Amino acid sequence: MSTQITILPMAKAVPEGAGKFSLPSPNQSFVLDTIATAVGEVARVGSTLTAKERRGHYLVRWNIGRDNFTVEPGLYALGEPDRTSHVLVTANYKMTFDLLRREMAGRSLWILVLDTRGINVWCAAGEGTFGTEELLDRIQASRLQEVVEHRKLIVPQLGATGVAAFEVKKHSGFSVQYGPVMLQDLPTYLDNGCRATAEMRLKNFPFRERLVLIPVDITLALKQGIPVMLLFFLVAGFAGNGTFLQAAIFHGLPPSLALLTGISAGAIVVPLLLPWIPGRAFSVKGGLCGLVLFVLLFVVSGGINMDYTFLEKSSWLLITLAVASWFGMAFTGASTFTSLNGVKKEMLLAMPVQFLALLSGFGLWVAGIL
Amino acid sequence: MRTYRYLEDVVTLECDLEKCIGCAMCTVVCPHAVFRIEKKKAVMEHRNLCMECGACMQNCPTGAITVEAGEGCVRGIINELLGIEGPCC
Repeated sequence: MSTQITILPMAKAVPEGAGKFSLPSPNQSFVLDTIATAVGEVARVGSTLTAKERRGHYLVRWNIGRDNFTVEPGLYALGEPDRTSHVLVTANYKMTFDLLRREMAGRSLWILVLDTRGINVWCAAGEGTFGTEELLDRIQASRLQEVVEHRKLIVPQLGATGVAAFEVKKHSGFSVQYGPVMLQDLPTYLDNGCRATAEMRLKNFPFRERLVLIPVDITLALKQGIPVMLLFFLVAGFAGNGTFLQAAIFHGLPPSLALLTGISAGAIVVPLLLPWIPGRAFSVKGGLCGLVLFVLLFVVSGGINMDYTFLEKSSWLLITLAVASWFGMAFTGASTFTSLNGVKKEMLLAMPVQFLALLSGFGLWVAGIL
Repeated sequence: MRTYRYLEDVVTLECDLEKCIGCAMCTVVCPHAVFRIEKKKAVMEHRNLCMECGACMQNCPTGAITVEAGEGCVRGIINELLGIEGPCC
C-alpha cells in the first residue's frame, strides 16, 4: 500500500487549461476495438484476461513490475454501452482495471479511469490522486456529458477518502453514487438498482486478502534484512576463531536465522493469523509470534543446546523478538482498520523497545563471540 | 462485536452536531460503520473503530466532521517524525 500522511486538500474548481480533450489510446494490448460515440472513437475492452495478464498480476504480487503496472487514464467502453449506460470510476492500476472488467463480464457500461499513477483506489484516495480534482479533470477531458445523457457516476466507496461527492456535483453536474467496498459485490449492487446493503459498506480483512499481501511484505522485509545478515557474517568472520569462513558460518548463521525467524513471524505469521493473535498493538502481536517461532525453531529443535555461549544464545532471542515486533508493526500499513494516530502512539511506545532489544542483541552477540 | 479492533481512545474524529444536517453521507462512506443517524443527527456510535481514513470529513457538505486523516504507515510516520518529505511504502 502506498500512502502519504497529509490532510486531504479540499476540492478546487478545475484549473484553467486542465481537462483538455483526450481519449486513451486504442493501441493498448487489452483494447479489442473502438466504439463510435458523440466525442469520437472510444477504446473498447473485453472481460477475458489473457494468460499473460494473469502472469502480470502474479508478478506484481511479488513486487515485480509493480511500479509501472498501469493503463492509460480516460474513458473506456465495455460491451455495447450507449448514452444511458452506467459510468464506473476506477484507478489506473492495471490490476484494479483488469479485475473490474473481468467482474463486469456480460455487461455494457463505461469505465472512467483516473490517473492514480498505478496505485489502487483506496491508497490513491488516501494520497489524493484518486480525488475530486482528478475526477473533475477526467470528466471534462473525456467530454463525458456528451457521451452519456444521464448525470450519474458510480465511484467505489473506498474512493470516498479522496472524492467529495458534493464538490463533484457542484462543479460538473454529475452526482456521485458510492458503490460497494468490494468489487465482488458490484454485480449485486448494479442488479439491485445501485443499492448497497449495510454489509457491502463494511471493509473487512479476510484471510485471502491478508494472504496476497504476504509476498510483497516478504520482499520488503528481506530488502531491509539481507544487509544486516551480511553484516552478521562479516563481523563473525573477523571476530570469531578459526578461518574467516568457518567463523562467519559458525557465529554468523544463528543470528541470521534469528533475523529470518523474526521476519517470518512479523511478515508471514502476523498477516496469516491476525485475528487470533492476542494483543491490540501489532508490535505486541509481532513479538508474541516471534517468541513462539523462536521456541519452535531454536528451542524445540534442540538448536539452543549446541555449543554456543549463553551470551550468543540470548542475543538470538533478542534479535528475533525485535525484528518480529518491527515487521508485525509494519503490517499496520497494509491493514484495513488501524488509524494514523493509533499507529503513531504504538510506534512511539514500541520503537524504543525494539531498538534497545536489537542493539543489546547485537551487543551480546559480539560480546559472546569475542 | 467486530472481528478487528485496534487501540482504544486514540482517534481524532470529531463531529459538530451544531453543523450536522443529518444528510447521512458519513454513514454511506464510512467503511467501519462508525456513524449512525439519530434524530436527524450523526452520532459516533463506534468511534474507536474509526481508522481515520477521512472519507466522512471529505464528504461532509457542512464541514461538521473533522479528523486528522492519513494512513497509519510506519515509514510515512517515521518520515513525518524526522521532518522529511518521503514516500510511504
